[in-house]
Amino acid sequence: MSIFIQSLINGLNQGAIYALIALGYTMVYGILRMINFAHGDFIMVGAYTLFYTVPMMVNHGMPAWLAVFVAIVVCVIVGVLVERIAYKPVRNSGSISALITALAMSLFLENLAMVLFGGNPKTISKIFDLPMIELLGAKIQVKYLLTLGIGLVIMVALTLFVRMTKIGKAMRAVPQDREAATIVGINVDRIITVTFAIGSALAAVAALMYCSTYPRATTDMGTMMGIKAFIAAVLGGIGIIPGAMLGGILIGLIEIFVKVYLAPGWYEAITYAILIVVLLIKPSGILGKNVSEKV
Amino acid sequence: MGAENRNVPVLRASHLGITFGGLKAVDDFNMEIGQSELVGLIGPNGAGKTTVFNLLTGVYQPTEGAYYLNGEKMNGKKTYQVVEAGIARTFQNIRLFKKLTVLENVKVAMNKDMKYSLPAAIFRLGAYWKEENETDERAMELLKIVHLEDKADYVAENLPYGQQRRLEIARALATGMKLLLLDEPAAGMNPVETAELLEIINNIRSGFGISVLLIEHDMSLVMKICERIQVIDYGETIACGSPEEIANNQRVIEAYLGKDDD
Amino acid sequence: MPKKIKRNYLINLIGLILLFLVFYVVFESGIFGSRTNYFMGIATTACYTIIMVTSLNLLVGILGEFSLGHAGFMSVGAYASAILTNTLADSGMPRLLLFILALLIGGIAAAITGVLVGIPTLKLRGDYLAIVTVAFAEIIRVAFTNFEITGGGRTMSGITKLSNFYWVYWVMVVCVAFMYMFIRSRFGRTVKAIREDYIAAAASGVNVTFYKVLVFTISAFFAGVAGAVYAHYITAMIPTTFNFNYSAEFLTEVIIGGTGSMTGSVIGAAFLSILPEMMRSFATYRYLGYAVVLVLIMIFRPKGVFGGWEFSLTGIFENRKKGKAGKGDE
Repeated sequence: MSIFIQSLINGLNQGAIYALIALGYTMVYGILRMINFAHGDFIMVGAYTLFYTVPMMVNHGMPAWLAVFVAIVVCVIVGVLVERIAYKPVRNSGSISALITALAMSLFLENLAMVLFGGNPKTISKIFDLPMIELLGAKIQVKYLLTLGIGLVIMVALTLFVRMTKIGKAMRAVPQDREAATIVGINVDRIITVTFAIGSALAAVAALMYCSTYPRATTDMGTMMGIKAFIAAVLGGIGIIPGAMLGGILIGLIEIFVKVYLAPGWYEAITYAILIVVLLIKPSGILGKNVSEKV
Repeated sequence: MGAENRNVPVLRASHLGITFGGLKAVDDFNMEIGQSELVGLIGPNGAGKTTVFNLLTGVYQPTEGAYYLNGEKMNGKKTYQVVEAGIARTFQNIRLFKKLTVLENVKVAMNKDMKYSLPAAIFRLGAYWKEENETDERAMELLKIVHLEDKADYVAENLPYGQQRRLEIARALATGMKLLLLDEPAAGMNPVETAELLEIINNIRSGFGISVLLIEHDMSLVMKICERIQVIDYGETIACGSPEEIANNQRVIEAYLGKDDD
Repeated sequence: MPKKIKRNYLINLIGLILLFLVFYVVFESGIFGSRTNYFMGIATTACYTIIMVTSLNLLVGILGEFSLGHAGFMSVGAYASAILTNTLADSGMPRLLLFILALLIGGIAAAITGVLVGIPTLKLRGDYLAIVTVAFAEIIRVAFTNFEITGGGRTMSGITKLSNFYWVYWVMVVCVAFMYMFIRSRFGRTVKAIREDYIAAAASGVNVTFYKVLVFTISAFFAGVAGAVYAHYITAMIPTTFNFNYSAEFLTEVIIGGTGSMTGSVIGAAFLSILPEMMRSFATYRYLGYAVVLVLIMIFRPKGVFGGWEFSLTGIFENRKKGKAGKGDE
């Protein structure tokens, strides 16, 4: 029982991190119909920023987690630059061009990090100094609950933002008909920039939560995490904010439970197999709407 | 023209219907088309004409009723199986294989009758050459019928609009069908092109002995060539008869005048 | 076979033999001295990369679906063939025969996987399909990491070295020729029609499902052959080699060469296999530069360097008709 609860909390923690990343994917995909493969690398950017800023914060007597705000600023700058310099010019040249450009930017960021920070992993100092609590015989890290809480708060906030605010409504209008959106006075470029900024900021928060669990920064840490988070977004129904959250949590839980109870070596394979099965049954993801082409 | 064999209908649709999310797009659709007959299907915008075509070609599966080609039940068949059985169509919004040549567009539709194997293709065996050449010749004959024989090497998307429509007809012909469904073939054509199209349709009927079901907005065109006309509105058949009968039918006039169509 | 085409085949064959002889003379003359083996290695790498990229181009350029898991098919071919040759190592079979057998088994094993991966294509397209191909490749990778027979997560070493450049060159030529013939047959034509408009293809009597799975199978077969070449060249391999980045590399090479252009795939793959080696002295910066070039190509030449253009040895001697597609057979 205690193993079960511990796995549950671990899974939720892992899942909340995936969910935060998946939210970034889903927002960009929702607006541009583009898989931003560089998004995973924004986490890497965030992690390296934390590596340098956490000690600075501590030295100045501030709480370590405040470093996340520096990470947010850095990630937003990187995200918006990537969008403006690389993605904007190929926006109308088809999905394959966009995909390749995204892969290229991913490669670029990873190798830039390699040049700047070297190939050796960096260990990030402790971010949260939170106790363990005991629940039904299971030892639970309070910071895991914090991750989950932050994830939920962000999801609710994002949903409200997209539903209620003017920018949010414009975000929903742009993917439906970019030209019509322009005609009714929506500045499409600005909306896309805002979307990237939000996605990148979420990546910075995800980096904070990730590094508090696994305090290591490597240049290629974003690739696999990015793919899994994207899979989470697809699983939940891409373009749908609660879908990203649901998908992320599911993937986190599946991974941890397969690791603990079934076959440790196979957890990734099982996650992917579930994705394939779900897509075959419901091609638009768990919460997605099916649309068929008009003849 | 060949309307003598009406007791064995090429197409028979009985009580055909489909519902999308509670909405009846087509309801109780009945139709019989005889050998070499040319029937018109008209109705105001959104009346469900294209949906009828989609039902008859396996794009949608009917939720009610059935349809038969030469007595064979077609429900449950996929589009390509319907084509194999002998129903071919054109599309309202032209759907050509844009980057393929005119000749290739036609040859794609002949693929189902081509037999040479994968090894024959890869090793360029005799069967490959023989069949490709035969298909080329047959495709050229079809292109002649739609007056595109000198455009065979053009990339389809580079053809002018009217020629693209004719290419679609040639491609449908290439399937060797018994029933041809034409979805607004004259849409966007000028009078000269329309006249040419009329001539082509008549040639096809007399030359191939096939039956044609035609959706058309242009009433004058329909009145001119169709032997029988069926009118639908809101998915229901509201009138059926000869062009003269339809022209004087009160419900038809209402259905058309009640809208602001053309 | 029409006379003119027969002559064209002959000219192309002579061209390929001449190219081979150039390589042969260069490598055998020993002008590279002690570095001969190194250069032969690069040439071999270029050959199997060419097979990988052209086979991926069948999916991307001809079917119009992009796969991000092509390295997965390659690994199936690599491991299946390696297991075979390990089993037959002491059978005293002639090396060439063993090599050909390894290639076939690698191809067939990958083709079977290709059928499995092809099935989701019935329901999925575009980005969704791309992500499923990633998922399949990852499942394959995890499986090979766990199976004892494939090294159980460690390096599988001691594979017989069968791939030498002189053989591999002809394997490459045959594979590319087969794929070229496939594209320019009723099969390729039908697949292109599906790419252009699958609804119209179905309305023209095409069994879309069958042809989609067929292309996946054939593409996977050749990737498997390339994998077999790889395994018997590198002789020691680990599943992590065949990761997402490797798949992504193949896809970028297809796009840079030009989707749908076999010529682009061949030249692109050859160039990109050689380039990193030449830039070795700038090791840290080479991928940075590569990424920048990639972005620039996407911005300024989104159709790839070669677009859909095909090189033709015979075409050089003839004036081609303009304004027409100019694509008779061969």
